[in-house]
Amino acid sequence: MEYVDGNAMAGTLGELFGVEMTIAVGVCAACGNTGEVAALHVYNRAPGAVLRCPTCESVLMRVVRGPDRTWLDLSGLRTLQIPV
Amino acid sequence: MAGTAVLGRLTWQPAELVEAIDETSRARTLVFDVPEWMQHRAGQHLDVRLTAEDGYRAERSYSIASAPGEPLAITVERLDDGEVSPYLVDELRPGDRIELRGPVGGYFVWEPDRGGPIFLAAGGSGVVPLMSMARTRALDGADVPARLLYSARTLDEVIYREELERLATEQPELDVVYTLTRGQPEGWTGYARRVDGELLAETAWPAHESPLAYVCGPTSFVEAVAEGLVGLGYPPKRVKTERFGATGGR
Amino acid sequence: MSFVSRGFRGRRRDDADADARTPPGQYLTDDFPVLSAGPTPHTPLDRWSFEIRGAGEPKVWTWDEFRALPTEKPTVDIHCVTRWSKLDTEWEGVSVDTLLAEAGEDAPFVVAFCDGGYTTNLALEDVTDGKAWVAFAFDGEPLDPEHGGPARLLVPHLYFWKSAKWVRGLQLRDDDEPGFWETNGYHNHGDPWQEQRYWGD
Repeated sequence: MEYVDGNAMAGTLGELFGVEMTIAVGVCAACGNTGEVAALHVYNRAPGAVLRCPTCESVLMRVVRGPDRTWLDLSGLRTLQIPV
Repeated sequence: MAGTAVLGRLTWQPAELVEAIDETSRARTLVFDVPEWMQHRAGQHLDVRLTAEDGYRAERSYSIASAPGEPLAITVERLDDGEVSPYLVDELRPGDRIELRGPVGGYFVWEPDRGGPIFLAAGGSGVVPLMSMARTRALDGADVPARLLYSARTLDEVIYREELERLATEQPELDVVYTLTRGQPEGWTGYARRVDGELLAETAWPAHESPLAYVCGPTSFVEAVAEGLVGLGYPPKRVKTERFGATGGR
Repeated sequence: MSFVSRGFRGRRRDDADADARTPPGQYLTDDFPVLSAGPTPHTPLDRWSFEIRGAGEPKVWTWDEFRALPTEKPTVDIHCVTRWSKLDTEWEGVSVDTLLAEAGEDAPFVVAFCDGGYTTNLALEDVTDGKAWVAFAFDGEPLDPEHGGPARLLVPHLYFWKSAKWVRGLQLRDDDEPGFWETNGYHNHGDPWQEQRYWGD
């Protein structure tokens, strides 16, 4: 299964966070890899979007968009640094 | 500009198609009128949402082809098994309306004040955001040295070919190099293979010139080129990447 | 809903609405879309095993032992929560009833666990009495890795995210433990005929 990258989530994450998120920097809770959201491996041909660490493939974020709610799991990230 | 989060209108807004331009047999440029469009930066994309009569919705992302200040345009390539691209390429007519969200994307962006030289590597329809960069550069005075390496299956599938040739002729500081991976016209003397280390070594700016690289296309193309550039000594932070899936859309 | 894009229909076939075998909100497809939450695992068969983990010692089958079990060839309709449905799909697999009987255990709930870390939870009654299989062949051919091969769970009466790809076993539990999608918005049960897509549906 081929992945795309975090650029594909720019609109969705931007709408959720209210700021540009592809340049946000995340720290993987599993392996400590630090990098921009734009570089994450995104599997979005799925019931939701799964964003994985490019180094260890752990799940960093999950996003499910329902008709009137969005579910967001960030538990795979130790920290997210968001430029404001 | 560093550290500033530039936001587009982060909600859906209606857009009317004003013009459609056939680029190749599979690709069409769509020019939209969007009442409250916020100026984008070269490399950014927008999200398109289509709603059917029964409420069924589909969303896709498309890179912006136009330079900031030009009428807003995207270029869409028809995917044979696509759900949205056949509609956008074959069905949508001037006067029709769709919904857009954006511009979005703060990472894969080039503006003239970032300087160069710039190395733009396009895999198929990955050329779209790079064309926005080339057009932006041209409008700005075209000082920054630039090279575009464009990998396409055949010459017929090259999008913007005439415009690229015109720009390359008019601007001595712009080089355009093609590699045609599936079929070449008779007498073709250019590259005829998938991009590899040797091809990159011959076409990319040497690392000591401190270039900025932008690589866009299917995931496998992007990874091969990015790895190749880093192998030539490009610092990873100077290689910006945008991957779309093997089937082209995000 | 703001407005409609003239002429946009998505992938649907015209007779979808009339088809009584299509659950609400679904459209019929002739192809077999590949959906995935992560990279495709490639466990070699000589390292593959299937386990039923319960209160006692796990019951483990190697690939050869698993393939020696009696099999069935169910033809079923499948429904993905992303709205596509595919009718009359042909599979071959071992009934979960067979596997549970061999393990000699049961419990009110199961969690399917898989290569790559995916999980999904089911009530025992959703995987017994001929409702579920561990399938290793589709359309007469060994199951493709991108579709979950060497083996996936097949639970066609629920949305297809419950038919876990690359399944490696079932954990029997006294309590329900929501899985990968169930913890992130998707319905705990997932009955397509009641359109149980999301939490609270």
